[in-house]
Amino acid sequence: MNEATDLLIIGAGPAGMAAALAATSSGAHIVLLDDNPLPGGQIWRDGPQANLPSAARHLRDQLRNCTNVRCHAGTRVIACAADKTLLVEDAERGWQIRYERLILCTGARELLLPFPGWTLPGVTGAGGLQALIKGGLPVRGERLVIAGSGPLLLASAATAKHQGAQVVRIAEQASRGAVAGFAGQLPRWPGKFFQSFSLFDSHYRTDTHVVEALGRERLEGVRLHQQGKTIELACDRLACGFGLIPNTQLGQALGCAIEDQALAVDAWQATTRREHYAAGECTGFGGSELALVEGAIAGHAAVGNSAAAQQLWPRRARWQGFARALNTAFVLDPRLKALARSDTLVCRCEDVPYGELVDHENWREAKLASRCGMGACQGRVCAAALEHLFGWTPPLPRPPFSPARIETLLELEETPPT
Amino acid sequence: MPDLFLDGRPLYVANGTSVAAALALGADGCSRTSVSGQRRAPLCGMGICQECRVLIDGRLRLACQTLCLDGMHVQTRP
Ligand SMILES: Cc1cc2nc3c(=O)[nH]c(=O)nc-3n(C[C@H](O)[C@H](O)[C@H](O)COP(=O)(O)OP(=O)(O)OC[C@H]3O[C@@H](n4cnc5c(N)ncnc54)[C@H](O)[C@@H]3O)c2cc1C
Repeated sequence: MNEATDLLIIGAGPAGMAAALAATSSGAHIVLLDDNPLPGGQIWRDGPQANLPSAARHLRDQLRNCTNVRCHAGTRVIACAADKTLLVEDAERGWQIRYERLILCTGARELLLPFPGWTLPGVTGAGGLQALIKGGLPVRGERLVIAGSGPLLLASAATAKHQGAQVVRIAEQASRGAVAGFAGQLPRWPGKFFQSFSLFDSHYRTDTHVVEALGRERLEGVRLHQQGKTIELACDRLACGFGLIPNTQLGQALGCAIEDQALAVDAWQATTRREHYAAGECTGFGGSELALVEGAIAGHAAVGNSAAAQQLWPRRARWQGFARALNTAFVLDPRLKALARSDTLVCRCEDVPYGELVDHENWREAKLASRCGMGACQGRVCAAALEHLFGWTPPLPRPPFSPARIETLLELEETPPT
Repeated sequence: MPDLFLDGRPLYVANGTSVAAALALGADGCSRTSVSGQRRAPLCGMGICQECRVLIDGRLRLACQTLCLDGMHVQTRP
């Protein structure tokens, strides 16, 4: 069974949901696709231990009531099948979707940097732990260290505490001055100001970063560099993430240009490819409010409602200011580039250590010599880390964009829907 | 309340629980064995890193993006 639609939206986070809702009044037929079991994206991930805000529930209900929006959950994009046609797969089947216009709302992922012990069970991303907890991961009574950078550390800690975990340290790599400067600007965005107070935690330390995860079979503790001293803390989990990086792979595969490691867009959220738009964190990290307004602009623009799109420009500019403040405050300390030792694995799919990579000139050479990035994640983790560590440009994504079943790939032989 | 099998052992979980969470509810939380023989557990929690891929009813799937269902067989040591 193949499918054809006027507007295809990839990603059902705040940006994708807002885009679909903005476009719906045009009467266009819309398909909204996401690889998670439920819509909501990162911030509004639902689950047995999630606490969805009412605004998110409201958006979801509104979407459900739109008869011209079809949602495909648990569905990922596998390949470009033909012009304006994508091959997708869910748990049961693979099929092609042909579209007239596309909006990419693929969000962002965490930047994970290698350090000794980071492959031990018990070590996760910072937002990663939050996502796992929302899905039902039990943390009651466990001792947690949360480390890395950015406001996500506080959000993740709040979720963990709510589920009964004991957060023994929140280690922020940024300096006290940078964080205080950021906090000082928060009154410009009142909602965020109150949110940050509710998230504050007495175990928060600036100028502190992870040095090593300790343990034999699984995590038992962590060594931190805390404000000039080295300390060790016993813990059951370490959640470590160094900020967010845009998911640009699908956009790149479709021929959309990149700028500053994000999908480049104009004032209409249009990418460099005609009839292809992008909104939310795949165009740069900026939080859910920015994602919502960008999504709405893209949705209006994609169905030709320029006036409605333009009305939202001032609101977008306001939240772009917040994004700028955020990104300047949490710039990563160059010392974080020196955490990996020669035997620290960098590519977790093919188990390639740092020592086998460091002497190469670029990503291509390293990959040919070591199989780095040739495993299941296709370098989404290690290539992003190596881009940060060595400045290597990551490879262009190649289909299948994620591991797919043979039966799905055989669908590529089918004639696309007209 | 889904009733599934984790490496052959029965496990009951709350509705909406991810398979990634079930790995920790029913066993040591690990999902797979790496190419050099290390046990690994879910890392990114959002469908990117592929560390959590497990065999579910004979198909390799990501534990973090799959919900537990009645009668599901999950294997971490295929
Ligand atoms: C783990 C994590 C936790 C976060 N928690 C918070 C928080 O508590 N508070 C906060 O203010 N901000 C949080 N953020 C920041 C958050 O990303 C933004 O505020 C907001 O969710 C961005 O919205 P978005 O729509 O741009 O992208 P996202 O919310 O990231 O949504 C993108 C969606 O697209 C899907 N997707 C991506 N690529 C594909 C593909 N190829 N095929 C199918 N589906 C695809 C993704 O799975 C995801 O569901 C978090 C970020 C991360 C990564």
